[in-house]
This record gives sequence, structure tokens and C-alpha cells, in this order.
Amino acid sequence: MAEKFDVIVVGAGMAGNAAAYTLAKGGLKVLQIERGETPGSKNVQGAILYADAIEKIIPDFRDDAPLERHLIEQRVWVMDDASYMGTHYRSEDFNKPPYNRYTIIRVHFDQWFNKKAREAGVLTICETTVTDLLIEGGKVVGVRTDRKGGEIRADAVILADGANSRLAVKAGFQPEIKPENVALAVKEIHFLPQETIEARFNIGEEEGVVIEMAGKISAGMMGTGFLYTNKESITLGVGCMLSDFKEQKVTPYELLDRMKAHPSIAPLIAGSEMKEYAAHLIPEGGYHAIPQVYGEGWMIAGDAGQFVNGLHREGSNLAMTTGMLAAQTLIELKVAGKPFSAANLAGYKQKLDDSFVMKDLKKYRRMPEIFHKNKQFFTTYPDLLSKAAQTLIRVDGVDKKSKEKEIRKSFVESRSLFGLIGDAFKFWRAVE
Amino acid sequence: MSKIEEKLFQDRYRVDADRPHIQIKDAAVCAKCRNQQCTVCCPAGCYSREADGTVALATDGCLECGTCRIICDEHRNVAWEWPRGGFGILFKFG
Repeated sequence: MAEKFDVIVVGAGMAGNAAAYTLAKGGLKVLQIERGETPGSKNVQGAILYADAIEKIIPDFRDDAPLERHLIEQRVWVMDDASYMGTHYRSEDFNKPPYNRYTIIRVHFDQWFNKKAREAGVLTICETTVTDLLIEGGKVVGVRTDRKGGEIRADAVILADGANSRLAVKAGFQPEIKPENVALAVKEIHFLPQETIEARFNIGEEEGVVIEMAGKISAGMMGTGFLYTNKESITLGVGCMLSDFKEQKVTPYELLDRMKAHPSIAPLIAGSEMKEYAAHLIPEGGYHAIPQVYGEGWMIAGDAGQFVNGLHREGSNLAMTTGMLAAQTLIELKVAGKPFSAANLAGYKQKLDDSFVMKDLKKYRRMPEIFHKNKQFFTTYPDLLSKAAQTLIRVDGVDKKSKEKEIRKSFVESRSLFGLIGDAFKFWRAVE
Repeated sequence: MSKIEEKLFQDRYRVDADRPHIQIKDAAVCAKCRNQQCTVCCPAGCYSREADGTVALATDGCLECGTCRIICDEHRNVAWEWPRGGFGILFKFG
């Protein structure tokens, strides 16, 4: 392609579409390259859409975006093999428009988002894999693709190529991903009649429920499970750190099947038809794992830059926001007639630091390491809590004082008194 | 059908015949690998242990997650690229 562009965006996921759309709206000439058959066909997410992030880019997205259900209830379950113990928070306040969170089906959403970008003027080419960055004199000047004569030039390239950013690694912009900085999640989508879903979750039309799970379902690994209600389907899955997957013998699909067979989950998906199985990596390294995100003629946005808030299960909103901020940086420079040099692109880092993206990641910077070194939060405590609840609830002629003593003893025996105090402190440090 | 094959049967692919996007660099390295953890961790079950102690790789069911490349961090014995544009897994829902 002899044509030259202001910016090439690699990828048509949340970050890539946000960047491309914003750039085109800002009057820049944008080429977006996607390796899938259509935008979305390589993308995997739970998926929950946070309205705030997309609203800042497309304020009237609710008019035609493919949204499944708005969420009115959040359940958090701590599980052992037979039980769950948890909190459910449901509020009518979440049932008043404008809604705050929605379940979505990523392939449908990405196709819609990319259509918006194309309508704004972006040229999107699919079925094309970017194999390398073109680098001349230390500056990124374009990309090489697997198409014939596939070199394309631009003044800047935004890498929005997802959790496995091969381009950034190949170019030496970031090191290979470490197993301790990434989780592998597997999930399935199960179809059920709309009325069945609404009856099982006690919800009305368009209302949705989220269940986040921890405990035995991660088989001793640092990980969590999830279940989301869509309009006519349920997505559920489980994800654990790769560094933990490396050290044990349960396959990811076996872990998922065990979760589906749990007595608290099986009835929710009973009689459903499974229509897709997917796997994907989630960056979980947090603040300390974030690489250099800009340089001479290049910027990184979304999962490729490890922008995920693991504790709050936020990623797609960080992807959209980083994509938008990268685009805004380029628009401002273009308007001012300044080159896309590293010194000028440092403005992107400043924007990130000033936004919730880096503020939140910095707040939870200690969390990944603390949870890595203290598996008891995923193993011992769920068990102890479940046993304690059962001891208290079961009526069996044992007096309450003795029951309380037994519970106290079980905690101290498992973790020791100092261990308990230390764990409380560590947990607080992780989330403070 | 095994459990994983039943799952993958629901997925849509355009297989790039005879052009695997992932390859094992040196079979001898796998034969000496104690854990052969790729045979456990690959979510599509693409890796299997052979009778002669080596590891066989069939990429047709690959979900393109990158797990095999990242967990092989001691040996770096997995040559991993994206499939050619338009080939590989094509998620319907994602």
C-alpha cells in the first residue's frame, strides 16, 4: 500500500476501536488493521461493559450498541466443594437509567464499535496480521503485514494488539510476559430461554446478575470464577495465574467442568446448550508490570500495555480509556503541528497518570505480590469460613459458646494467632 | 470424544492447512523436560505426550491464548506466531 496515514492502529478490540474512532473524529487519517475475519472474531471477554468509559467516547452509545442486560445485582461467593458463602448486593438504584454496567457479547459489541469507527472515517482492513513494526533510525514509521507488498507507512503506530503483544516484544519495547504476571481464563457460553434465565436469577426483562467466585473452584491456585447473565445466555468461566497453572496437574477445561458441576452452579445452567468454548490471557501484573508505553512514533494501549485492574475485574474500560488518551495525545500534537517524537508522546503518559487508570493501578500496586505469596486467601480461608458458617447454622444440641470456641480454634490451628493478625494486615495492605 | 474435543467441536475455525503457526523448536528439549506442563496447561489440549517421551503438537484446535509460549519459560522451546490473517479461531461470541 503506497498510501501514507497519520496513524496506524493495530487491533480492533476495545483499545483499538476507541483509539481509531477518536483519531478519525479528530480529523486524522487512520488505518486500522485487524487479523480476524471481522472485528471481534479474535477477542474474548467475560463480558461486562462499564458505561462510563464508552460514554466518554460515544455519549449516545445506548441508542444502538448491542447490550445484553444492565446489572442490578452483584453476588460474591466464597466456595468449598459443597457450599458457597457470600454477599449479594441488589439495588433498585441500579435499575434507573442511565445504567452503569451491562453484560455484552464481545463479538457483537466489537462489530458495532468498529462500525462507528468506520463511519467516523477510519479505514479498517481485516484478515491481515501485522508481523513487524517498520523501524528506521530508531523511529517507528509503519508496519509490515502478511499481505503481498504489505508495508504501510504512518507517522505513528498505536499497538492495541492485546494481551499477547508480539509486536512490542519483537521490537524490544517490552520483555516476554512472565507466567506470574498473567492469568489464563477459560469460559463457555450457555444458551437458555430468556424466561428461564429471568426465573432462575429472580430478575426482570433486561435486568442482569453477576456472580464473582473464589475458593475451591481455583483448585488451590490464585484465581477466581465468574458467571454473567446475558439476554438468552449465561457466560461462565474461571481464570488462574499461569505461574500457578504451571505447578499443578489440573487442566483448564477440567477446572471449568468442576466449576460447572458445583452444586450451587449446576442448577443455574441446567438444560442449557453450550455454543462456544474460549480461552484468553488476562494481564494481572498490575502497576509494576506496566512497560514503557510510548516511544519514537509508537504508543501502547489496552491489554498490550497490561492495563488491567485485577482486584476490581476492570480491563475493557481501561482499554477504551487508554486508547482514547493515546488518540487525544496525537490529535493535540497534530493540531499544534508538532512531530510524534518520544518527547512529545510523553504527554500520553502524563494523561494516563492524571486519569483513574494509573491512579487505581498505583493504589493496588502491592496486591499481585501479596496474593502470590499468600495463597491462604484462596485456599485456607474459604474453607475456614465455610466450616464456621456451617458450625453456627447447624442445630445439633451443641451450645453456642462451644461452637464459637470450636470456630476460633479452627482458625488459630490453621494459621496461628500471629498468622491471622499478619494475614489481616497483608489483606489490608493489598487493597488499601 | 474426550471432554476437550466436545468443547472445541462447538468452536469455529478456518484452519491454515500444513502451515502451523506454533512449532516446537527442538523435540529433544521436550523429551528432557521433566514436567511437560504444556500437556496440562494448554486450554485446547493441543499438546500431548508421546510414547517415546517427546511432545506432539497439533495446532488445529488452538485458541490462540499464548499460554504454551509463556509457561515454557525455562526452555523457550515454543516458536509462536499469530496465524495468517483470517485463519485460526473465529469466535462467534468471544
